[in-house]
Amino acid sequence: MSIFVLPGDLIVPGSTGSKKLKLGPGLVEQSSAIVATRAGTLHSKQRTTFFIDSDTQRYVPASSDPVIGTITARQAESYRVDIGSASPATLDFLAFEGASKRNRPSLRVGSLVYARVSVAQRHLDPEIQCYDATTGKSAGFGELKGGMVIKVGAKTARSLLSPTHFLLPLLGAQFPLEVATGVNGRVWLSSVEKAASGSSTTSRNSVKNTIAAIRCVQAYDEEGLDAKGILALLASLSL
Amino acid sequence: MPRPTSPSIPEKEFLVSAIQQSLRLDGRPLTTLREPQLIFGSELGWVECVMGKTRVLAAIDAKMVKPAADRPYEGMINIHSEISPMASSEYEQGRTSDEEVTITRMLDKVLRRSDALDKESLCVVAGQRVWSLRLTIQFLSDGGNMLDCACLAGIVALRHFRKPEVDVEGEEVTIHSPESRAPLPLAIHHTPICFTFALFSFPTTQTGSTAAPLISTLPSGSFSTHQTYALLDPDLLEETLAHGTLSIALNAQSELCVLQKMGGVPLDQAKVVRLVELAVEKAKELEIFIERSLKEDWAGRGLEVI
Repeated sequence: MSIFVLPGDLIVPGSTGSKKLKLGPGLVEQSSAIVATRAGTLHSKQRTTFFIDSDTQRYVPASSDPVIGTITARQAESYRVDIGSASPATLDFLAFEGASKRNRPSLRVGSLVYARVSVAQRHLDPEIQCYDATTGKSAGFGELKGGMVIKVGAKTARSLLSPTHFLLPLLGAQFPLEVATGVNGRVWLSSVEKAASGSSTTSRNSVKNTIAAIRCVQAYDEEGLDAKGILALLASLSL
Repeated sequence: MPRPTSPSIPEKEFLVSAIQQSLRLDGRPLTTLREPQLIFGSELGWVECVMGKTRVLAAIDAKMVKPAADRPYEGMINIHSEISPMASSEYEQGRTSDEEVTITRMLDKVLRRSDALDKESLCVVAGQRVWSLRLTIQFLSDGGNMLDCACLAGIVALRHFRKPEVDVEGEEVTIHSPESRAPLPLAIHHTPICFTFALFSFPTTQTGSTAAPLISTLPSGSFSTHQTYALLDPDLLEETLAHGTLSIALNAQSELCVLQKMGGVPLDQAKVVRLVELAVEKAKELEIFIERSLKEDWAGRGLEVI
């Protein structure tokens, strides 16, 4: 079920029995009615979960979102990170795998990090962490070295995170590709050929391939190209 | 409003390694413009210029005023430009950024002081009545290189604009409405177009890059330790990270109007000449494009042709 809704539209969920209703982004409860606060398509899961999917450029942090941020300052116990939200996020020195009071992470101002939003409340600065708090492992989060980051719409970013989405597997089949997608609309892409000539990350092919990947993701974001269109674009890039 | 964050380290490194291989993120060669697009409004002299993600709007209105006492035969042209937060969240309302000062001064040099417009043709009654043109430039979106986009929008607006026809009988001045008599185009001497190059200068490595840069022969002097790359029409990231810029304003007849170099990248004479030659080539292409767009718009308007 997907209906297009506008801000102020009333949403009438069907009967859910005894189950509690869950409201995602773009929906608020106002005197026992559910009202949309954003324009977009309304989605629902199992009649109890509702959310609005809209293609916004602005990022509003939500708990457990994967995001990509740039370190803007180093403070006594934490980093300030720009994740594109209204206020900068805090990244604690201890929020890394294997970090302790003695063993601090050494990130420079300007480094890119892939992190998960841990605290997102309306009246507090968001907090992010680079590890999974339950296991203490990095779980794929951490500093992003090399590569290039681009900005896309929130809808594109969310769809790229879906494991069934066509684009990233299609690009990965063409050349080696590493991707990190943040729902704050930033996508980090890196194509490094490991076998050839050792450690050089600036080899001609890796730069060329990364640019090709960037252009494909941007084309998908701006023009909504399908798999056929992306393949045609890749062919025209003369790799 | 917090200060805009500068690009991250990976972005800087990637851009540098791409430029050293003569590659750009949007797939253009180093010396290619983003294809400009001109959108004409319903009113004459209303032009929106789009280059990639950069958008600039130029609009002209004319009114009749008394000329300055020391220049009784000359009309006036005023250029108003202000970068509002609409262009990008970097800019603040009411506070003039360095970039805005640069762009305003360049617009003044390129559009007004280059004498593109014949000011004497704006005179109606000497010492009594002249046309005063007001060119308003609005920056709608900053995708890099707003200067070139604004200059293009401004000059096309001047060429697109038509002033109402005027009759003078003794002291009596009659302004005819566009319905009764077709308005007249402004007398324009030439069409200056601005081209900006972002300059990047890297120390040369012994191994050297395999790709041939734009300026391949290095001068014999002290610059030989550095390799300079010039990128025409930089986008936002290139503009932010550039070590310097070179703006060249000229017309299709190879008459140089303004040459402005900012930042501390040393450039020798031969390189500057080569960039100017390249700009001439581009100016000729763009002039043809402007002519064609104006003609197409005029044909679509269905007004009576003078």
